[in-house]
Amino acid sequence: MNILGLILLMLGAGAVAGLSEKFHAAAPKWISLATFIVTLAWVGAFIAGDGYANQHIAWIPRFGISIVLSMDGLSQLLVALTLFLGIVAVVSSWTEVKDRPGFFQFNILWVMAGVVGVFTALDLFLFFFFWEVMLIPMYFLIAIWGHEDKSYASMKFFLFTQISGLLMLFAILALVYFNYAATGVITFNYHDLLNAELAGDVAFYLMLGFFVAFVVKLPGVPFHTWLPDAHTQAPTAGSVILAGILLKTGAYGLIRFVVPLFPEASADFAVWAMFLGALSILYGGFMAYSQSDFKRLVAYSSVAHMGFVLLGVFAFHEVAGVLVVNDLAVQGAIVTMIAHGFSTAALFMMAGALQERLHSREMSNMGGLWKRAPRMGAVTLFFVIASVGMPGLGNFVGEFLVLVGAFKANIPLTVAGALGVVVAAVYGLYLMQRSFQGTPNPDVASMRDFGLREMSVMVLMMAGLVWIGIHPQELLDLSAPVVQALWEGAP
Amino acid sequence: MTASAWTALAPHIFLTGGVTLMLLAISFIRRGPVTLALTLAVLLGTLVSIGYAAGAGTQLIDDFLLVDGYANFFNALFVVAALVTAVLTYGYVAGRAAQQEEFYILLLTSTLGAMTMAAAAHFGAFLLGMEILSISLYAMIAYPDSGRRPLEAAIKYLVLSGVASTTILFGMALVYGETGSMEFDQALAGDGVLSRVGQGMILAGLAFKLSLVPFHMWTPDVYQGAPAPVTGFVATVSKGAVAALLLRYVATTEVLEFKALFFGLSLIAIVSMVVGNVLALLQDNLKRLLAYSSIAHMGYLLIAVLAVASAAGPRMAAETGMVYIVGYFAMTLAAFGVMTVLSADEDVESLADYEGLFWRRPLLAAVLGAAALSLAGIPLTVGFIAKFYLFAAGIDGSLWLLVWALVAGSAIGVYYYLRIVFSMTKASAADGETSRSWWGPATVAILGVAIVVMGIYPTPLIDAAREALHAFGG
Repeated sequence: MNILGLILLMLGAGAVAGLSEKFHAAAPKWISLATFIVTLAWVGAFIAGDGYANQHIAWIPRFGISIVLSMDGLSQLLVALTLFLGIVAVVSSWTEVKDRPGFFQFNILWVMAGVVGVFTALDLFLFFFFWEVMLIPMYFLIAIWGHEDKSYASMKFFLFTQISGLLMLFAILALVYFNYAATGVITFNYHDLLNAELAGDVAFYLMLGFFVAFVVKLPGVPFHTWLPDAHTQAPTAGSVILAGILLKTGAYGLIRFVVPLFPEASADFAVWAMFLGALSILYGGFMAYSQSDFKRLVAYSSVAHMGFVLLGVFAFHEVAGVLVVNDLAVQGAIVTMIAHGFSTAALFMMAGALQERLHSREMSNMGGLWKRAPRMGAVTLFFVIASVGMPGLGNFVGEFLVLVGAFKANIPLTVAGALGVVVAAVYGLYLMQRSFQGTPNPDVASMRDFGLREMSVMVLMMAGLVWIGIHPQELLDLSAPVVQALWEGAP
Repeated sequence: MTASAWTALAPHIFLTGGVTLMLLAISFIRRGPVTLALTLAVLLGTLVSIGYAAGAGTQLIDDFLLVDGYANFFNALFVVAALVTAVLTYGYVAGRAAQQEEFYILLLTSTLGAMTMAAAAHFGAFLLGMEILSISLYAMIAYPDSGRRPLEAAIKYLVLSGVASTTILFGMALVYGETGSMEFDQALAGDGVLSRVGQGMILAGLAFKLSLVPFHMWTPDVYQGAPAPVTGFVATVSKGAVAALLLRYVATTEVLEFKALFFGLSLIAIVSMVVGNVLALLQDNLKRLLAYSSIAHMGYLLIAVLAVASAAGPRMAAETGMVYIVGYFAMTLAAFGVMTVLSADEDVESLADYEGLFWRRPLLAAVLGAAALSLAGIPLTVGFIAKFYLFAAGIDGSLWLLVWALVAGSAIGVYYYLRIVFSMTKASAADGETSRSWWGPATVAILGVAIVVMGIYPTPLIDAAREALHAFGG
């Protein structure tokens, strides 16, 4: 499959969508929607065909930098999720964005193109390039179409990611340099650098550079403070993309780069990473419970869910005296990433729909909404239950696998993480209770329920969660070789 | 002198001839468009003759000028920057000065000075080039606008730059006193106290011209006081010429082998990065903001200079410096170019004036946005490639402390560069003014495209720099 073509198609469509505003105000969103559907069909056909894509084009030979794009199982899953959530993002902002729709869709397509690049690049320079490419359009989405406190939120988002990105760039270059010093070859190629031989403490500091960049994006406590602001202030499509996709780039980076490039350093650091994971689960859960803002609550719940990813990826356990990657837990982390993509995107879309109708995100202005809009109520209930981790739905599979795997690695931290599931039930039901149940708010006399447009994407996401929940095997089969490779890369 | 020496000197000769011709021409025809056309013709001719001179290979002319690939590379860059400045000035000066013709002559002479500096191999050429450049700049700063501020800026620059020049001159005298030679490659012989002190004074004077902390005081005032197109020229050609000379000087004389100077210069670099970036945070005037940002950028550039004496070696250091300076030229000229185009009637320099520019003048805003992001070092722009090179040179030379300062400085810098972008995206009630010219916006658009193209596909730029360095540093 021509991955570069896919990315260029999205960039080109973004430019066309941006310009098409002049001809008709509705043209950009149709172009954007069509692009996501076509690209999703393209990627879907490729996944069904069981192919393995790999592109290699020289770019900056001076530094051994090439355009290396490839798509294995993990990348396929995440790219498909990205493109699908692209559709969700466009649909969720169908009526919300009236101001400069062309530039809006331009940013959506460019951020998604950057994300596809991040998920497929296997040259560290190219990876960093895409890592930053997705940043600027996202900044614009928050800064221009965001809510009341957008300038603060967008600046904070940009600074956190940019500064941690600089650390990563430093770590990438140092890695390349040490590899060059050892082998005499300058290369940024992922596969070449996998074999880099590093002194123990050097590897540890380089690993930290990558780790911090990815954990800021994930986000894990204590680097999470940008997230509640950015998610809350972003327009609906922005929140969907942020929570559904951008957080996953952090998780992806941990799985693709941190652990394979620095297996020993990661194993040494694993307990601390797991500790941060468990802390994120509990802290995110407690903070979510104490929010009065619908969107902010969902944002904090993301911190908790991403804590499971951190817990799973670093659940190194001892086999025959050496610490190795825990394949069950990593599989669980991957499932959590996909399932969280659906459930949180849906909840943010719901928050956006409520804000559009009520002009408020405060749960005190809601209450008894089920009566006014039963379809919205049912949909919210489904995704809250999913997010809480109800068996039979996708999130449960992910969290269960993570906890089972992590149990072998560290029992106290696993117990702490498992407690987070209880906390999740509390804030999830609390959210449902305050917004859709209880005494109907007299100020909300009537509210437009979801129509065909919203329901169709919601039903698709429900189907996805049910499918992962009941029959996760196909998804696990796709990601298994990747996890296997991690296993082999470990000492 | 041999025939190939004359060939190598063709650009200098052509430009000098062009200046003479223009002096004669404006005595008879004082019309803006004619003068502009002549200026462009002279500059384009110089550009062509640089290509011609490149054919002569490396030529050392009377131990005075060394015309090699390195010099030709920078000469071409200076001429292109002068071309851009000439086009941009035309729209700016038209409404301000009654007689604009001499301005173009000053532009040409300052370019000649810069070209001499890039090729200097001798204290004489060093001083000659620097003074031709500086004296032309004093007049250029005060020329187009007879207001108070440009005059103040010009006098300030005259006095302080004069002090720097005398410091350099005295330093040269000390070095000469010990070695008895004015050629760069003979300065190696001097390792006594006199020579060291002299070298220190030369470096301090150059640091002044590059506006490095603690010699930076003049920068914000001169940037703010000078007319926007001239500020762009001062920020690029004047600093670029000094940087080109400094790189060659350091590589040829190996002066940084003296550890005290190496540490002193490292300290200056780090302090410049920190102070420049921190003070830029506080600015609400775009010119002053860019002035402090340029202080930080010159601090970054010192990494390339210091890498000369590190494990990275002179060739990698020079390559880094060349790529960095090209990138810095493109983004700085673009930023001041946009400012110039917007300032056709009155100076637009407060950050608040740029609010909503994205919706009023999308093209100009996109170029300024690209320039700001490039200065911040964000990928897709040449600024990222330039910063990448600095990282590479710094890590290659194990200059870890400097690389950390670069990380810290860039991190702070993101905030204020982003402020520029952010204010442009704000909703604004101001209505869109109509553009008077097409050539101004077209010029900055070309610069904007250059920033992005060199950022996405830097290979031709890198190849050109490496080709030019074929015979560099022995």
